[in-house]
Amino acid sequence: MSGRGLWAVQRITAMFLALAVLVHLATILVAVRGGLSAAEILARTQGNEAWLGFYASFALAAGLHGAIGLRAIAGEWLGWRGRGFDAAWLAAGLLTAALGIRAAIGLYAA
Amino acid sequence: MASLQVSVWRGDATGGDFARYTVPARENQTVLDVISWIQREEAPDLAYRFACRVGMCGSCAMEVNGRARWTCRTHVSKVATDGVLEVRPLANLPVIRDLATDMAPFFDKWARARGTFQPKDSPDGAVPADFAVVPPESPKRQAADAGIECIGCGVCYASCDIVAWNKDYLGPAALNRAWTLVNDVRDGARADRLEAVAGDAGCHACHSTQSCTSRCPKGLDPSGAIAGLKRSIFWSVFGITR
Amino acid sequence: MRLDPRGRTHAAYLAFLVHRLSGLALALFLPLHFWALGQAIAGEAALEGFLRWTDSPLLKAAETMLVALLAAHLAGGLRVLALEFLGWSGAQKNLVAASAGFTLLAGLLFLLNVGA
Repeated sequence: MSGRGLWAVQRITAMFLALAVLVHLATILVAVRGGLSAAEILARTQGNEAWLGFYASFALAAGLHGAIGLRAIAGEWLGWRGRGFDAAWLAAGLLTAALGIRAAIGLYAA
Repeated sequence: MASLQVSVWRGDATGGDFARYTVPARENQTVLDVISWIQREEAPDLAYRFACRVGMCGSCAMEVNGRARWTCRTHVSKVATDGVLEVRPLANLPVIRDLATDMAPFFDKWARARGTFQPKDSPDGAVPADFAVVPPESPKRQAADAGIECIGCGVCYASCDIVAWNKDYLGPAALNRAWTLVNDVRDGARADRLEAVAGDAGCHACHSTQSCTSRCPKGLDPSGAIAGLKRSIFWSVFGITR
Repeated sequence: MRLDPRGRTHAAYLAFLVHRLSGLALALFLPLHFWALGQAIAGEAALEGFLRWTDSPLLKAAETMLVALLAAHLAGGLRVLALEFLGWSGAQKNLVAASAGFTLLAGLLFLLNVGA
């Protein structure tokens, strides 16, 4: 994907993440009250398609957003440029997203 | 009489170092006055550029105490803390000798960003038969007017970290110029120009550090222009002209 | 890469640095975060065990730091989106200040909740 395409994905995922992070932060701040427990988290996420959908999209957006950002930093501060690095960053982003989706499924199916 | 301790970078493309000079301090003097004094009185072989010396041509731009500025418009009293000055050639450009840099890469990028006007009604470049009517208060004309005073001094280019970190990056001046033309309703090369300024070497590499806008001696806003280019390119995908 | 601080003191540059460094930290942390939460696959007991492991003061401090980084990166990101999509320029200095305030607030809230 071209520089302009990556920029667009970065900004669009940013807009989605801005909302998702606010929801996530609010959830954490409420959840951490009186201590955090697995039971509490799972009570919210088990069998809940909405949370699964939310966290899976959150993970995908975050994985891509982070990878595009790291690509810029690496390109500018380490001189890592070219198709090889681009492919590596895409892989890193998708791998991260996969880990997150795996966790979301885990929370859904636990 | 008080004196200034002035460190001037001397050298060429292969390298160099600071040379130190003691310059008589005067009540009203600019950094250009100081450099000129050094060349006339101490170092006849000092290479530096200036022309108008009144803030119109942009030739005298150099790094003064770590910031790119026009030396003819920089009063020593404003920048020399404790009478100490450090002068280097403009950053991000190849050095020819001492304080004179090679501006060719700067202008090459200007050309790569398609910074030349192409009349809409006559693709072969001939003068159109009729005057174009462009209301000065129209939003596009105001956007163009906000950036057309650029004299290509290179201060923004020298101040930009992305230029330093990304050799292909077109830079703030070239992109600012492109934006003025994108907003020129008489110009016929909009699509090609947006294509030329997009991507990793173009406007999408800008991270809005605003070093360009904060340092521009003419008070232009290249950072805002670059953001405008991003918007134009983004919305053009959906067929919206913004 | 050495950055001469003299020409880099304007608010927008500091905002860029904070945004970039917080993003870097978050991007490096994120896979760890996902991997740890993946413990949930092993069931409630495994997840609970992991959560108890994070109960130590050192880790709680790290978590506070992460929330602050997240808030800073979010606030900085909103600033960039406003600059790029809305074309805000003069007002952006105020946005930087607001971002800093928001970051502080979020960090404080987390601290308060951790203590509660």
